[in-house]
Amino acid sequence: MDAIEHINHSLEDIAGADTLEALDALRVALLGKSGAVTAALKALGALPAEERKARGAEVNRAKDRLAEAIAARKAALEQLALERRLASERVDVTLPGRRGERGGLHPITRTLDRIVEIFARLGYELADGPEIETDWYNFEALNFPPDHPARTMHDTFWFPDGRLLRTHTSPVQIRAATGRTPPIRLISVGKVYRSDSDQTHSPMFHQIEGLLVGEDVSFADLKGTLAEFVRAFFERDFEMRFRPSYFPFVEPGAEVDIRWDREDGTHSWLEVLGCGMVHPNVLRNCGIDPERYTGFAFGLGGERFAMLRYGVNDLRQFFENDLRFLRQFA
Amino acid sequence: MKFSENWLRELVDIPVGRDELMHRLTMAGLEVEGVEALGAALDGVVVGEIVGCEPHPNADKLRVCQVAIGAGEALTIVCGAPNARLGLKAPLATIGTTMPNGLQIKKAALRGVESNGMLCSARELGIDADASGLMELPPDAPVGQALATYLGLPDASIEIKLTPNRPDCLSVHGLARDTAALFGGAFEAPAQPAVDVTGSAARDVRLDAGADCPRYLGRVIEGIDASAPTPLWLAERLRRSGLRPISAVVDVTNYVMLELGQPLHAFDHDTLDGGMVVRRGRDGETLKLLDGSEATLGPDFLMIADAARPLAIAGVMGGFDSRVTDTTRNVFLESAHFAPAAITGRARKLGLHTDASHRFERGVDPDLPRRALERASALLVEIAGGQAGPVTEAVRADDLPVRAPIVLRRARLARLLALDVADAEVERILAGLGLVVERTADGWRATPPSWRFDLAIEEDLIEEVVRVYGYERVPTRAPRGDLRAPALPEALLETGRLRTQLAARDYTEALCYAFVGAELLAKWSQADGAIALANPLSAELGVMRTALLPGLVDALATNRRRQQARVRLFEVGNVFRAGPDGPVETLRIAGVACGAAVAEQWGEAARAVDFFDVKGDIESLFALTNAGHEFACVPAAPAWLHPGHAAQVRRGDRVVGHVGALHPDLLAALGLDEDVFAFELEVAAIAPRPLPKAAPLSRFPSVRRDLSFELPEDVPYAQVEAAVRAAVGETLTDVVLFDRYAGANLGAGVKSLAMGLILQDRYRTLTDQDADRCMALAVAALESGCKAKLRG
Repeated sequence: MDAIEHINHSLEDIAGADTLEALDALRVALLGKSGAVTAALKALGALPAEERKARGAEVNRAKDRLAEAIAARKAALEQLALERRLASERVDVTLPGRRGERGGLHPITRTLDRIVEIFARLGYELADGPEIETDWYNFEALNFPPDHPARTMHDTFWFPDGRLLRTHTSPVQIRAATGRTPPIRLISVGKVYRSDSDQTHSPMFHQIEGLLVGEDVSFADLKGTLAEFVRAFFERDFEMRFRPSYFPFVEPGAEVDIRWDREDGTHSWLEVLGCGMVHPNVLRNCGIDPERYTGFAFGLGGERFAMLRYGVNDLRQFFENDLRFLRQFA
Repeated sequence: MKFSENWLRELVDIPVGRDELMHRLTMAGLEVEGVEALGAALDGVVVGEIVGCEPHPNADKLRVCQVAIGAGEALTIVCGAPNARLGLKAPLATIGTTMPNGLQIKKAALRGVESNGMLCSARELGIDADASGLMELPPDAPVGQALATYLGLPDASIEIKLTPNRPDCLSVHGLARDTAALFGGAFEAPAQPAVDVTGSAARDVRLDAGADCPRYLGRVIEGIDASAPTPLWLAERLRRSGLRPISAVVDVTNYVMLELGQPLHAFDHDTLDGGMVVRRGRDGETLKLLDGSEATLGPDFLMIADAARPLAIAGVMGGFDSRVTDTTRNVFLESAHFAPAAITGRARKLGLHTDASHRFERGVDPDLPRRALERASALLVEIAGGQAGPVTEAVRADDLPVRAPIVLRRARLARLLALDVADAEVERILAGLGLVVERTADGWRATPPSWRFDLAIEEDLIEEVVRVYGYERVPTRAPRGDLRAPALPEALLETGRLRTQLAARDYTEALCYAFVGAELLAKWSQADGAIALANPLSAELGVMRTALLPGLVDALATNRRRQQARVRLFEVGNVFRAGPDGPVETLRIAGVACGAAVAEQWGEAARAVDFFDVKGDIESLFALTNAGHEFACVPAAPAWLHPGHAAQVRRGDRVVGHVGALHPDLLAALGLDEDVFAFELEVAAIAPRPLPKAAPLSRFPSVRRDLSFELPEDVPYAQVEAAVRAAVGETLTDVVLFDRYAGANLGAGVKSLAMGLILQDRYRTLTDQDADRCMALAVAALESGCKAKLRG
């Protein structure tokens, strides 16, 4: 058989090779050192010069065709092999991932962080104070005279030396504002204590206290700031109402209710904040001239906001540390 | 303060309905806390009179009554009430009546006798809680009249939550004043003429307590019938104001207190000896009080006494021996002004809280005693008869509270509220509240009335104006202010980062009470320096925590009891200890872990959490500082940790805290049956973090060489690594411990370690010879410093 014919015939063998090994054997038999093509090329030397050129070109074309066919078949076989491997390597992607960590922050922390973040964006600086306080900072400097009935609103935990567990975060107002020159924008968060424990009272809870002092600060600024805050916290608009109330360290003082609409169409007013214009005596106790500067202060309960935000019905759950409860807030 | 809506409406014209009234009160700072509608559904209930009363032929406890209701024949009613008797007037629900509880009254046969309606108790009518028998109506009740008409129903008991600055609203007159001002008017109290003095008995009064009691009025009323029934209208008003009718004298004094706000006291005149004296208590003085308790008094208390003995604690409670009883014939009525400072806190000290102390502590109108005394005298004489004697009044005029005028500037008002209130409106509001208002060039001078103890400065008046004007009318202004950007500290790690890091490592944040039991701290050997509360809620919450772990482990135990096998909790909070200059508060972070190292799963073998899991967790905290190498664990076991699995964490010389396994004795004491690993660290010791300083990266490749060697078990790894690092120097960029083994085939007291040394030079590529030299240095150091033997 003529070499060219042999080569052309081999193209069918290549297309029919069904393993890479078989294909490689064909490649060696055709293109290897002692392969058919190599032999045909070697045989060119024996031809007359005038035939040699044409024959040479013909053999080379046949050789290229072979190489191409082998490469194509190789690619096809490799693709096939890859497909087979991929098909055999499939995992069950619905199996749980490894480890699966479930830790998380306490809902109160989460709530306080949000509140601080909102006020930080409004330029309030974070201030801190001790939990064991003196009568001066917790009461007197905040305009609670000794034995004043307003003190009975604060069921206080006392220490034998006359110190006490702070009943609100308001002492931080005094500590942080003293010695500063307005404008002052402060926010403080922390634990506070009242000697009261039942379904709706915890002897320890969390407050956030805000204070803003400057020139020309008005009740309108207080209303606007709290409206902005409530909207930012709950991510929705609320009807709010400011009701006159009494805290010795503010005058005028107010409690703030938000209108809570239920799914059944009813609503109620929920008290969420206490606030007011800083009492001149308090400003004086901080060394600030109340004629020149005015300010507002507000306080709110972390538990209250967390309960509203996350639908917690029982205050006591916050301090039971039951993992089944806590894991809902991770 | 609870009051009857109808009573208030009788005193002041209120142009709105109940809901709107309650809303307006709330929005004026008189927060309505509750409302109870009374007698809203009494159609068909009439005044009946029992004109016949026979035992039921077939039932021992029932009676067959004939009840007259005016028109027509008497109705036959079967009744089981114990007080059903001939001549009694009581409410009768006629056929067709729907009772407040929804019951329909129908003709019915009771044990064979037909009943044509139902005689009712106060409870059945929704008027009162009393269900002991039929509601007894007075003998003069008009038979057949609709009960609602007769009782002045419907009505409502409205309860308002008064802030301590508003004692003036602890009376119906006070509420009428505020309500009138809210609706644009002013309240005029009806005139109170003096009663005719028909008796002559009197008692002297001496004031010996300075400003504590600047005014005291008294009067003897002789010949009363203390057992006379209280008229229904008065009893009803008391009831609807939350007070239970008791007896004529008590009811009258209570009524006047509710109506006017002046607490009164009645003594049995015949038990008194000589003139009345208002004085401070004496050391060791005791008094048996009305409630039967024995009070030990002293100079801190203001007393009412006679020539012989103490009689009452002024403004708090009367004495038992001088009390008025049903047989009292002659009473001495007291109506006085006691200064708030002399009363405040005293009741509380004795564990008492009375209507009188509640009012006197907050302030009672010093001009009220005479009016109140006349009112009470008139009512008492009307109800119980008797002859009123002359009024004795003792006054210390200089000690009476004086209301100083307050300057209110128009500009200040506008500035504080961002609101312009018309002058006429300001004046109307203040005058309506009883202030005497005088216009000045830039505003007003306003003098508060005697009943307002809370008005002293300009801001107080501003609040009054805006309170009545309406807080809702103050504009809402968006937050504004200078924008500032204070320096943002970067060299201190935020506590929030520590929290999120632990959460990311599968710890759940807990919040424990900051007070614990002293006994619990003692179990932990952490009671030293604990600060005890003077008035804890219970012994279990008696001292401030000196450490976070006792509370946290308690929470862990609670979770274990609730079927949680794997518990990992952390907390950030203050601990408290007594220091030389007072209490010291330290912020700490603590964590506990028990159960499996990782939650049970298909892809990893189950393994219990161990020391190195927890150490890895805290190392991840230290890594946040970018200076993790500054932290080291050194063996040291406080009493609460297992001595073999315990370390003190240090950062340089500073103690950061502890980590380890809880001591088996502690576990037993806490009732825990599984190993618990724990750490407690001081946040301030972790927080400092050096600002990163970028170093140039080496352009040359690194080389890794591994070393495997045996050494005595008791040579700590830290020593090994330190020796290698010291020996090789800065060419050694990292060390990886990749194997540790100790076991039988090595022999007792021997362990083997395998570590990879990462070598790199900043200026050139290391050659094999360079690496060999480094390894030789390392081996020499290990052999000489750590008694190590290289393994083949």
